[in-house]
Amino acid sequence: MERNPMRRQLAIMRQSLFDQGHVDEQFVQLEELQDDANPNFVEEVVTLYYRDSARIILNIEQALERKPFDFRKLDAYMHQFKGSSSSIGAKKVKAESTLFREYCKSGNGEGCMRSFQQLKKEYATLRKKLGTYFQLARQAGPVETASRPK
Amino acid sequence: MTVEQIVSEGKDQFPIGMRVLAVDDDPTCLLLLGTLLRRCQYHVTTTSQAKTALKMLRENKNKFDLVISDVHMPDMDGFKLLEHVGLEMDLPVIMLSANGDTKLVMKGITHGACDYLLKPVRIEELQNIWQHVVRRKKKDRCNSGSKDKPHPDSGEAAGIGNVDNNGKLNKKRKDQNEDEDDERDENGHDNEDPSAQKKPRVVWSVELHRKFVAAVNQLGIDKAVPKKILELMNVEKLTRENVASHLQKFRLYLKRISCVANQQANMAAALGTADSAYLRMGSLNGLGNFHTLAGSDQLHNAAFRSFPPSGVLGRLNTPAGLGIRGLPSPGTIQLGHVQNSGNPTNDLSKLQSFVPGNHNTNILQGMPMSLELDRLQHNKNVGHIGELPTTDSMTVFPGSGNLVDARITGFSNNQLLGVTSNSLMLEGSSQQATSHTSVSAIGFQNGNALSDFTSIAPASNQLQDSKAGSQGQASPINCNAGQIIRSAPQEWNAPRKDAPYQSHASINSSIPINGAMIQLGQCLDRNNSIFHRTTDLDSVGPLNFVDPLSIKHSEGDNSIMEPSVIEKEGYLMFQPRPHGSHVPDNIGSLEDLASAMMKQEGGCNGYSLRTSI
Repeated sequence: MERNPMRRQLAIMRQSLFDQGHVDEQFVQLEELQDDANPNFVEEVVTLYYRDSARIILNIEQALERKPFDFRKLDAYMHQFKGSSSSIGAKKVKAESTLFREYCKSGNGEGCMRSFQQLKKEYATLRKKLGTYFQLARQAGPVETASRPK
Repeated sequence: MTVEQIVSEGKDQFPIGMRVLAVDDDPTCLLLLGTLLRRCQYHVTTTSQAKTALKMLRENKNKFDLVISDVHMPDMDGFKLLEHVGLEMDLPVIMLSANGDTKLVMKGITHGACDYLLKPVRIEELQNIWQHVVRRKKKDRCNSGSKDKPHPDSGEAAGIGNVDNNGKLNKKRKDQNEDEDDERDENGHDNEDPSAQKKPRVVWSVELHRKFVAAVNQLGIDKAVPKKILELMNVEKLTRENVASHLQKFRLYLKRISCVANQQANMAAALGTADSAYLRMGSLNGLGNFHTLAGSDQLHNAAFRSFPPSGVLGRLNTPAGLGIRGLPSPGTIQLGHVQNSGNPTNDLSKLQSFVPGNHNTNILQGMPMSLELDRLQHNKNVGHIGELPTTDSMTVFPGSGNLVDARITGFSNNQLLGVTSNSLMLEGSSQQATSHTSVSAIGFQNGNALSDFTSIAPASNQLQDSKAGSQGQASPINCNAGQIIRSAPQEWNAPRKDAPYQSHASINSSIPINGAMIQLGQCLDRNNSIFHRTTDLDSVGPLNFVDPLSIKHSEGDNSIMEPSVIEKEGYLMFQPRPHGSHVPDNIGSLEDLASAMMKQEGGCNGYSLRTSI
């Protein structure tokens, strides 16, 4: 049992990510891929995700500025976005993407816009939370490091 | 080591170390996939570009055991990549997508995917993908020629089951296998891979494929059984199993082509401008390889007799050999030979001859078409063939726009795809046309060849029928194709370096051809009568490809490909358009043909392009 307060805090934070539905099982898969050879794998993937998906978000935003909406294109962008989001286990973001796509399929422009706003919010929230989480993880150090029992 | 031994021992620690190529344009997914695969202890290579993936695969066919690819990619559709890999390299391909629609999954299966995984991928799913490699090996080994396509998706459990069954099956056919194994060893590349049961793969070079197509045509697609095909082909060290599995693929290809053909036809019509259109072909890197082939005269020699190597080759290279497709500039059509003879029947031969010279050796497997294509392409970059934007199905075109030239010849390398596709085409149409000449059509261009082939093939077949005369000629061509194919493999490699043809740009024009081709394919059936009509291009009409004939390229080599023949094949390549450069009188005829054809066919839109030319 980790007595290190930082590690404990980290564990709590991690648990809340799951409990609040920000991340799902896929996130665990990422964690499992992290090992000595890849000590910061999860952070790397998430960083890459945010960097790459920013581009797609921008594309969607631009597409939403052009009326009438090109639903096919929007759907295609979102499909791509959803793919990467699901790869990192971003649960809420993924759910919102699905909703957005539904609106696209039914040609509901208003729905798309609303859903996209919500998606961006979730996307930003997750980024903040994960940022904090990784920061703490780095500070807490590798698991192997023994923490002096207090 | 007998099959059983291999299976049970799993030499080299297979599946550990299995070489996987992962393709996904999304960097996050690619990183994740790569890491997951490495965790499964596979040897992983990742790339975000489908084209790069194809290039890597073509460089060394034995470098990978399995390919995993995303479906939605910007530079190339995942299904197209899948087809290419399946036809050219015969590697198992697993599709990956965030979209699990039944339709999409079905599409994956029909295109030959071994499996279809949904993103996000779990490691458990990846831990069992090695079964597809094993299964494929077994399939090849135990292929009895008349087998149906093995279901790649039998499931994980099946994988194990297969092993057991295979063992038994192997026992039964042990003797047979042993002999075949020997043959295979000499035949294909020796795989030192750790995968169990890896047997040397037979490389379906353009020449070989051409022979194959010729044989199938001769027998008639319905009656084409591996045993007979094998006999007709008369290739050493080729086993019935090899032929059987190839036949299977070919049939699939033909089926696919026929579906696409219609679309293509429309596209072809739209393309009108051969020049640019075909670039698709250009994009297809695969074709590029063919270009290289162009460099090797050897290839052609066998098949393309009269092909004026220097002149033709040069041309072929650029237009990507496929000339047939959309040879925008008749001049480019390296076919040169084609022009010579106005005889429709000869076209094929011309093509044949044509190809050899250029590099098309691959392509033409015997299909004169390719020759034409080359010619056409000549100017444009035959690459166009690849251009056919319209269809994915066009996948046939290896994408190497320029390939046209190369493509044709390129078959050996990557072209397998093209070649096979063509052959498939031919097969389909071959029903009617026993003459091999149709095959030649397939031979087309390396890159484009594939797509072209398909369309051409059918057309060619038809032509053949119609052309009683050509029949005779067809045969010679076919033979050549076969030869070419054989020799192609090595030669193609050489040409690659040249990459002169790399002018994929021209390929654009080829695209229209493709469209045309497809139409041709379709039209061919109908047009059979048309072909009969005249030796010149007119009959070919749809074939427009035939233009190559007019293309002036070969000035005088009638022997090789008769323009008419080419025309037939023409669908594929030709862009009969009279660019004004070479296309001497033929072009005009092509146009006429096109219009004539169109009238007759009504449906062959492709030719409308021609007229626009």
